[in-house]
Amino acid sequence: MRVSQGAPGARILAFGGYQPARSVTNDELAQTMDTNDEWIRSRVGIASRRIAAPDESVADMACAAGGKALAGSGLSPSDIDLVIVATCTPETQIPNVAATVARRLGIIAPGAYDLNAACAGFCYALASASDAIRTGSAGHVLVIGAEKLSQWVDWTDRSTAIIFADGAGAAVVGPASEETGPGIGPVVWGSAGDMAERIYVKDRNSFIHQDGQAVFRWATTALHPVAKQACAAAGMDPAELTAFVPHQANLRIIEAIARKLGAPQAKVADDIVTAGNTSSASIPLALSRMIERDEVVSGDTALLIGFGAGICYAAQVVRLP
Amino acid sequence: MAMTDQEILTGLGEIIDEVAGVPAEEVTPEKSFVDDLDIDSLSMVEIAVAAQDKFGVEIPDDQLKDLTTVQDVIEFVRKAEASA
Repeated sequence: MRVSQGAPGARILAFGGYQPARSVTNDELAQTMDTNDEWIRSRVGIASRRIAAPDESVADMACAAGGKALAGSGLSPSDIDLVIVATCTPETQIPNVAATVARRLGIIAPGAYDLNAACAGFCYALASASDAIRTGSAGHVLVIGAEKLSQWVDWTDRSTAIIFADGAGAAVVGPASEETGPGIGPVVWGSAGDMAERIYVKDRNSFIHQDGQAVFRWATTALHPVAKQACAAAGMDPAELTAFVPHQANLRIIEAIARKLGAPQAKVADDIVTAGNTSSASIPLALSRMIERDEVVSGDTALLIGFGAGICYAAQVVRLP
Repeated sequence: MAMTDQEILTGLGEIIDEVAGVPAEEVTPEKSFVDDLDIDSLSMVEIAVAAQDKFGVEIPDDQLKDLTTVQDVIEFVRKAEASA
């Protein structure tokens, strides 16, 4: 049997992001539940979040972000032969989101699948895309994280309603060239199924439940070693990083991991302040906005780490396009 | 050798300074975390985690809510050390 020959490395060619138009402030939430702006800011670091329109779907947001990333890459839809959509909040499980997004973007007959690793989804999907290119299963991959968490949130439950939001982020991944070198480092990933009941939706008629204190303890103790391993696997010292883009779960988790990681040169993503927690979308959405604001530049080395329900986590170092 | 209450207090002061930015000299036994030191439940988790590293004593989430003053933590650490 013959086996495929892939590229020696993969890299990210472009990012794209999409946020719904409607911004919901803390004051607006305080009108319908017992909370206030100061409390929300101090506990989770969020000032406002974007919420999708009732008729705006996960696929709509995925298309918007994916289309921008595709345009930024300079490729045409026909160059893409694999579409991966990381999501845990689609309106339905059947059909998947990826094939719909591919059709709407004019990508003809690509491999297309959804991937559920919750808030770690983008990092899992990016690793899968990189591996597909390195093994020859795909030439160029469109990777999207898209979520409509607002449709899985109980809007009277202040422990979750203040946190979760909607949005999408995308990246186009292709083979590394000789002059650029590899741009996606080895993934360090894992899971902790014994903590499954810390973040869950009981059944299709239920909302997200989260044990915030237990998740906070886990995130502030278990993740910085994973982040350091991802740096080591890429042959880098955290001190060399120029950006640190963790899943935008909670500003205090972000700050705690950053402090324990020890990356003094790194610009730390704080997109959560105006985007909220958008699960698998948060990392590519934050990066697309940091690129737009010139907070990071091409060639920067960024450490990404996703973590969330499962519990699942994944981290890798990437070179920014 | 078991730590004295003063040693635990000193260690706790260092932890609270780092986690919550409260100067160590303000951390005295009678202070309430919430009312006097303005420390919330998430900072308490961070303090518990740091205390585990420093004192080798695990403070589970379900017991954390009963520790309302600095003295409560000192006593928890002392008793946990004694039974270790």
